[in-house]
Amino acid sequence: MSLSPIEGVALAEIESGGDGDAPKRRGVVGRSPGQLAVARLRRDRTARVSGALLVFFVVVALIAPLLSMLYGVGPGEDFKGKLDRCCGMPLGYLGGISGDHWFGLEPGTGRDIFIRMVYGLRTSLLIAFSAALLSTALGVTLGVVAGYLGGWVDAVVTWITDLVLAMPFLIIALALMPTLVLRFYGERDAVPEAFGVAMLIAIFAVFGWTSTARLVRGQVITLREREFVEAARASGAGLGHMLFRQLLPNIWAPILVAFSLAVPQFITSEAALAFIGVGLTDETPSFGRMIYRSLDYLQTDPAYVFFPGVTIFALVLAFNLFGDALRDALDPKSSR
Amino acid sequence: MSETEPLLRVRGLAKHFPVRTGLRSKGLVRAVDGLDFDVRAGETLGLVGESGCGKTTTGRMLVRLLAPSAGTIEFAGRDITHARRRELRPLRQDLQIIFQDPYASLNPRHTVGRIVAMPLQVNGIDPPGGVRKRVQELLELVGLNPEHYNRYPHEFSGGQRQRVGIARALALRPKLIVADEPVSALDVSIQAQVINLLRDLQRDLDLAFVFIAHDLAVVRHFCQRVAVMYLGRIVEIGDRADIYERPQHPYTRALLSAIPDVTALGPAGRIRLAGDVPTPLDPPSGCRFRTRCWKAQDICATEEPALVARDGGRQATACHFPESGPVAAGGPAVPAESADPAGPAVPAVPAVPAVPAVPAGSAAPAESVAPAGSVGASGEEVAK
Amino acid sequence: MARFLIKRIFSATLTLFVVSVLTFLMFFALPRDPVSGMCPKNCNPERLERVRQELGLRDPLVTQYAGYMKGIVTGRDLGSAQGGRCDAPCLGWSYVANEAVSDTIARVLPVTLSIVIPAAVLWLLLGVGLGMVSALRRGTWVDRAAIGFSLTGASLQLYFVGAVLLLVFVYTTRLLPVPSYTSIFDNPLKWASGLVLAWVALAFLFSAIYARLSRAQMLETLSEDFVRTARAKGLAKPQVYGRHALRAAITPVVTIAGLDVGGALGGTVITELTFGLTGLGRTAVDAVKAGDLPTIMATVLIAAFFVVVANLVVDLLYAAIDPRVRLG
Repeated sequence: MSLSPIEGVALAEIESGGDGDAPKRRGVVGRSPGQLAVARLRRDRTARVSGALLVFFVVVALIAPLLSMLYGVGPGEDFKGKLDRCCGMPLGYLGGISGDHWFGLEPGTGRDIFIRMVYGLRTSLLIAFSAALLSTALGVTLGVVAGYLGGWVDAVVTWITDLVLAMPFLIIALALMPTLVLRFYGERDAVPEAFGVAMLIAIFAVFGWTSTARLVRGQVITLREREFVEAARASGAGLGHMLFRQLLPNIWAPILVAFSLAVPQFITSEAALAFIGVGLTDETPSFGRMIYRSLDYLQTDPAYVFFPGVTIFALVLAFNLFGDALRDALDPKSSR
Repeated sequence: MSETEPLLRVRGLAKHFPVRTGLRSKGLVRAVDGLDFDVRAGETLGLVGESGCGKTTTGRMLVRLLAPSAGTIEFAGRDITHARRRELRPLRQDLQIIFQDPYASLNPRHTVGRIVAMPLQVNGIDPPGGVRKRVQELLELVGLNPEHYNRYPHEFSGGQRQRVGIARALALRPKLIVADEPVSALDVSIQAQVINLLRDLQRDLDLAFVFIAHDLAVVRHFCQRVAVMYLGRIVEIGDRADIYERPQHPYTRALLSAIPDVTALGPAGRIRLAGDVPTPLDPPSGCRFRTRCWKAQDICATEEPALVARDGGRQATACHFPESGPVAAGGPAVPAESADPAGPAVPAVPAVPAVPAVPAGSAAPAESVAPAGSVGASGEEVAK
Repeated sequence: MARFLIKRIFSATLTLFVVSVLTFLMFFALPRDPVSGMCPKNCNPERLERVRQELGLRDPLVTQYAGYMKGIVTGRDLGSAQGGRCDAPCLGWSYVANEAVSDTIARVLPVTLSIVIPAAVLWLLLGVGLGMVSALRRGTWVDRAAIGFSLTGASLQLYFVGAVLLLVFVYTTRLLPVPSYTSIFDNPLKWASGLVLAWVALAFLFSAIYARLSRAQMLETLSEDFVRTARAKGLAKPQVYGRHALRAAITPVVTIAGLDVGGALGGTVITELTFGLTGLGRTAVDAVKAGDLPTIMATVLIAAFFVVVANLVVDLLYAAIDPRVRLG
């Protein structure tokens, strides 16, 4: 072949400027957009701090049984003897803070707040992560399909999105939970903890996918007409290749951001549901339940309100900060 | 290659886009409205015209990125107008496309190696020596460093990216490539390199091209045959020499006169067309060019001129009053504003026989169409 | 335009219809006897049976649903035990509250409106204002403070903020009365002082989202060519930012605002519970807990109605703000 590759290579050398020297030559590996984003994230102080905080929370949640062992108190144990007899308020200062009970005791039940929080973190994170995972998967699938196929498929998905958004979530969840429990268990049966958790995750997933679907649909619509997608089509690529090889790699950045912001949203939602009195039973430790109970003691035992309230705030804030940093790292054009 | 069966045969090809404005006025944009042309194996056909004349739509229909509204596309003797994806698969390997925008046509999340390998992958082809080896050969073929296999598009310049796009189009060893304005997004200095690359590839691999461009100089450099489009129709088609030196259609003349000529300063030879291109929603009756044509008469409004070759030549023109004679430097120095039908008679007696390659005798230029071989020769002359 | 409107109204009606069907099914098809909840404690079997008859619970589901819908559109006769003739829009009779549901709604809707509308004005002004200022003063301490404020707001829980506000302003310092609802027409001052904590809490939390969104959008718009052009052609800063950039930056804000306001009008459940106000949200929660089906249906439908209408308004606003949006 009598082409002019020499000219081309020379050109490439000139154009790529700098890394053409002989010793470097062997490992010419480009940095992918993803690797660049990770590098940017590493340089971001907010991301490092909030990331570290998140890792800390996750580790605490994971090793909850170990902590409980070391601490010497179980999540279900109560210390009614350390409450005063008239009104069930913990004895001692600041809600009964002591060497044995770092964050004090719950008024009324006499349970240890610290260990309840550790286990509550476990429950909340489990619910939030699973719900975020499920709802993101659902949203991405529906969004990609609607955006890429367009036409009536798009119209139907968009309409369903509007429908779900029109349903008042809290009221529906409030109504659904007990009825669903009744459907699976009798009036007096004990409902296992796992069922309540699974129920919450399912409800969150069913109601939580809409924003991801909208986001992904919009992204896909802008990508759909791009020439690299057409190039794949012109080569005879099938639907699977188009969606998963061509389109998805280009939208995982916003999806990741949406996911990281969905997790705190579900933590909050679990707490909100607990606040209106649905969700988990009192046996399952969860942030929502704790805060809900604690608000009754706002004037009498502020420490009880303070610890779970501040912790959930720190958790959600860390997620939000990290999500923001992630967005900046993935899309250097936006803000900052 | 004169009388063999054409590789690509297009008949009556049309694409109408429905538009809805307001409550009921549903219109049709006739982006492409009845094209006929052939492309033989190894031949390069240039498709030129202003923006919006339907060139790009045509290109996308040829590779079936768009479904034609009417007409037929035959490729290698098979009708592919309505072929389904699975039926098209074997043909995909012979029919590829190069896109205009090298920044949009490469997936930013894929390495160059993956991009070039994509056509092999989706068609389940395992070339001898492995995909990687084949991709590196291709990269080398288009003048890129094969070691850049693992790099991402954002690390390349526009010209290099376009080379990647070309390598991808070549991956399946096609017989015909539709090149949709492959260089118009590049710097002028890079344009020449890419065009030369395409030329070399065309010769060495015996590729046929449908080369879509609005840059007449580029087309002249690259294409053996040229089709001029206006408002979704081909107004003139013929060999390069004929189109550039003896254009018969007034529109072709106007287009050619718009090429800047450094040797002739000033607006002397420029034919200025009055008005804008009419909307393809409601194209003019009869000849579509008549609203801007200085030669238009009553018949132009009532009767649509057929694309016919005159005097048995290979140059076909859709015009009731075709021009004759070579393009003079002065051109038909008739301002379009004066719609005087007598005007065009002027260039028939050229004041300055400016193009030296053409005999000045303007008596019957259509008969003096050079045979294909010699066109190629003169093409070389122009090119080098 | 007309075509677009008709299409949107049709789709909105369809949405409401499906919401009503789903809600209806959810409460009837699931294994809980609606009646036992509807009739207050100490019901004898005869009374239960009578209630079932009066409610038409012995009829097939479709008939029941059709009757309910007919009531909304034309009104219907419910029988003497349920207050007799019930004019359109008839939402049925609540045995729990012992009044027509329309009366309940008429009582509680103004509460929710009084909470949401001023709060929405407050959070939009605060949020968009903060976002704009921090975008224009990008990188300064103003920007950082605004970001900090908005991130804090976005990470806080309403009941938590509400509780703290109550503790500070009501229980400890007694600067404000215990939150309560008074009609604005009776005593505007009392109306405001009774609700101001709810407004502040809502505005603090919601404005956070708007501040972040409008800041990001504003920054993006500021880097766009048309803004630079406007600056280059000599337009003064306030004019450019106020007229050109804000207009472009505000479109996504409008979308979110529509959803938020629509959703909030359907009942600010948490706010109402926190501050002890009885609006739509609290009514809905109480109805669910009491199994008061007609009230649940009504609250869910009204909530859905607000969201759907808000969406419609957003679409129209979009076209007004951004001329690039084509309706069709």
